[in-house]
Amino acid sequence: MSLLSVQNVGKAFRTYKSEWHRFANWFGLKIKPAEEHWVLRHINFEIHAGEAIGIIGQNGAGKSTLLKMITGTLQPTEGSILINGRIAAILELGMGFNPELTGRQNVFHAAGLMGFAAEEIQQAMPDIEAFAEIGDYFDEPVRIYSSGMQMRVAFAVATAYRPEILIVDEALSVGDTYFQHKSFSRIREFQEQGTTLLIVSHDRSAIQSLCDRAIMLENGLVVKDGNPEEVFDFYNAIIAEKENSTVEVKQLESGKVQTSSGTGEVRVDEIALFNSKGEVAEVVGVGELVELCVKVRVYQPVESLVLGYGIKDRLGQVMYGTNTWHTEQVINHPQAGDQYMFKITFPANFGIGSYSVQTALVDRDTHLTANYEWLDLALVFNVININKTHFAGCLWNEPTILIEELGK
Amino acid sequence: MFRSLWQYRHFVLSSIYNDLFAQFARSKLGGLWVIINPLSQVLIYALILSNILSSKLPGIDNKYAYAIYLMAGLLAWNLFSEIIGRCLNLFIAQANIMKKMSFPRITLPTIVVGSCMLNNLLLFISMLGIFALLGHQFTLAMLWLIPLTIIVVTLALGIGLILGVMNVFVRDIGQAFNVILQVWFWFTPIVYPITIIPEGYRHLMQLNPMYSLVDAYHQILVYNQVPQLQSIAIIAAVACVLALIGLLLFRKASAEMVDVL
Repeated sequence: MSLLSVQNVGKAFRTYKSEWHRFANWFGLKIKPAEEHWVLRHINFEIHAGEAIGIIGQNGAGKSTLLKMITGTLQPTEGSILINGRIAAILELGMGFNPELTGRQNVFHAAGLMGFAAEEIQQAMPDIEAFAEIGDYFDEPVRIYSSGMQMRVAFAVATAYRPEILIVDEALSVGDTYFQHKSFSRIREFQEQGTTLLIVSHDRSAIQSLCDRAIMLENGLVVKDGNPEEVFDFYNAIIAEKENSTVEVKQLESGKVQTSSGTGEVRVDEIALFNSKGEVAEVVGVGELVELCVKVRVYQPVESLVLGYGIKDRLGQVMYGTNTWHTEQVINHPQAGDQYMFKITFPANFGIGSYSVQTALVDRDTHLTANYEWLDLALVFNVININKTHFAGCLWNEPTILIEELGK
Repeated sequence: MFRSLWQYRHFVLSSIYNDLFAQFARSKLGGLWVIINPLSQVLIYALILSNILSSKLPGIDNKYAYAIYLMAGLLAWNLFSEIIGRCLNLFIAQANIMKKMSFPRITLPTIVVGSCMLNNLLLFISMLGIFALLGHQFTLAMLWLIPLTIIVVTLALGIGLILGVMNVFVRDIGQAFNVILQVWFWFTPIVYPITIIPEGYRHLMQLNPMYSLVDAYHQILVYNQVPQLQSIAIIAAVACVLALIGLLLFRKASAEMVDVL
């Protein structure tokens, strides 16, 4: 059985010619609203226990409306949302804190608002106090707290009881770095115990490291539902999408999905990786000097041309990336028919695993002003350990270890 | 609706408690302000109007009769107007929390009723103290105040919920009703006895539901008599109907309320 099932949900905000029409509607008189504005429509998805799902989308895509309907503050206009379990939301931390009351009293009150009984709150109180780590301030009025302390207490209450579904909003950056780590590990802990996470963020690395699935909303519709890497590639492509730009998604032989987008003035013709012997390679050794060759053809004259590339691990986290803007090698005024070969040489100082190369042909340092071609998964290669000492991690960072015996 | 209310009972109780104490957290006199406000009202009316009106209070010989009369009326009116006043702006004031948290909305009016009744109880107790000082006697008739309080609360809650819900959509209602409430106050015999109204118009007072209730408070507290049960029963029925309409409206509107807040 699924934990959360969103079935053909839509949300419309209605405006009536007169508010009296609205009142009349409650009493069974059917008067058509003057205007119906659909923010979400035909949303369908199921969430199962233990999943971690990232929800992404541009501003105004309907993310918060969807979350509000899942938490229950907004009612869907059509469709239904079925929930099996308790939902906790870390949306607005410190909602309803009364500045005149002490931290302890506010915790009591806030946990009450979450629907807990006095005994349950009493039981959890020592844990909440310990987790917030604000010492004697816990029994002082909240008005003298720093904002960081308020956040600590608020986070501690919000996560005092393990929910079946935890909704985490953008604002996960709670207080200082120490507390951020602490709150992050609590979220991880919940996840291990079977809590489903629902995370809204623009932060690619946060979503890719926590989530195993991502849902992308665009103009009130689910446009992509799949693994985070694939969805984020699509998201980036959408952001870059301009007039007469196309977004193309194709299934590769490896089963992965390649997203390409752009206006097409300049395109990558060929891309290949050569090992230290000068042979085309799909497998390279740790630390081996390799050469990435990208052949580019200009179809229409443009102002300037910059090649950017990034090497991503299997989770889609960028290990390293740069572009010819940063290296001050911008090509000015390339003409139609021009061809260029970019030869990028670097040592494959990566950990063991599978990596992919993404390329971007743009006009300057970002792909947001002009995007000629953006290609994800342009090339895939594997790194294996041939002649290095055993190591863990995603980076080959050769150490020198010196041991001095200090006697007794 | 009521099951979720029971589940959130703890939240309701702690909110009522917080309402009372947070309000006066940093004031020296603290909770005394709950009582001082209405009593100073009594004092003002008593000082200004007693000479004009005291002679016209029939059937009572205590020289503080007018003050007692005022207090009895205000006890009823304060409860009534406080509940309506707070219900009017309840959903607008709590907009933030309603938009961000999911909890049974019915707790909000419940908290208002609870906290207003608590204030009223404190006022009543202090009035009893003053009655004792003024040499006014207590009788068992006062037990009638318990059902009367419930009727006042039901009536106020009914009107308050209906207007409070509508006020979310049409904000003029809140402003307009504050004016109406003031007019209503002066059209109810609280600071003056019914006897100063010309005989021919007196029956119009029957249309004012607060008249019967305030009159009953007067009967009990000033004259130590059992109130007229017939008119009270009618008002109780009206109050129940209004409260039901209010709850129904509240249920229907709950979904859309958050949309426009």
